[in-house]
Amino acid sequence: MAPVLAIAAVGAVTILAVLLIVVALVFYLVSVILQLRKITTALDEAIDGVGEIVQKSAPVNGIVTTINEQLDAGVELLEGLLVKKAGMTDAVGLVEGMYAGSAAEGFRSFPESRTVEAPRIGEVYTRGTLTLARLGREAPIAVGNPAGPALRDVERGSLAARELYPEIRQTKPESLPRSPVIGTDSPVQYEQRDDIGAPRKRLPGGAASNRS
Amino acid sequence: MILWWLGNLVLLAVILPVVVYLLRGVLDAAQSIVPSTQEIARVAAEGSKDLDSAALLVTTQDQVTKTVAAVANYGGSLDVILDDAQ
Repeated sequence: MAPVLAIAAVGAVTILAVLLIVVALVFYLVSVILQLRKITTALDEAIDGVGEIVQKSAPVNGIVTTINEQLDAGVELLEGLLVKKAGMTDAVGLVEGMYAGSAAEGFRSFPESRTVEAPRIGEVYTRGTLTLARLGREAPIAVGNPAGPALRDVERGSLAARELYPEIRQTKPESLPRSPVIGTDSPVQYEQRDDIGAPRKRLPGGAASNRS
Repeated sequence: MILWWLGNLVLLAVILPVVVYLLRGVLDAAQSIVPSTQEIARVAAEGSKDLDSAALLVTTQDQVTKTVAAVANYGGSLDVILDDAQ
């Protein structure tokens, strides 16, 4: 009877040990499974977000490239026009006068402009003033400040130019007052004043105050 | 019988702790990954929202094209009315 009980006791301990191992396996593996499910859910959300990023950023490259090409064309156009109209030396000087230090960078389309010694051109560019005067306009470059807003507006060029004139012209009056007619046959005759040409009146006590 | 008892002792004193230690390590590693993946998902969602304005680049492209065209027209007019330097 004793060996049977001994075997039963050993067997019970074995079963208990195996049972403990199985319980530990089940507990931890189920916990790991739950954590892996959370990871899977989060990764699914991340994949969705990354997919949206890829989808939204897909056309960016082409659009930005096109914008850069357009801007490069605009820069080449303006630089070419400036160099063509003012000459390389004056163009570099004008740009240097507007933006100090830019002459060292030169024009993008004209690498040789970096070696040009920029002449000192102030706010008044004589040649440009003469050109504008020849075109029948006052030279805005002598009025405006290079640091201020642009005087010319593409869409409202005439309005911007009108601001250069005196205030009375900007209000667009029906008719401006006519210039006075002078001479002996003018419609308005003024009486001759006696005090004109006479010695100036001196204030009383002026000499005394000067003496003191 | 003695060997059986020894086997039980090894099972309880060695195998069970080793199994628990290894499983605990796997669980800790899995738990440490969860916050990182959730943070990645949050950042990806926010990054996607930040790119909502990327569609406006089409408008920007159109505006740039129109602006450059206006500049070209203006430059062409200046080219006509102004004399060349040389």
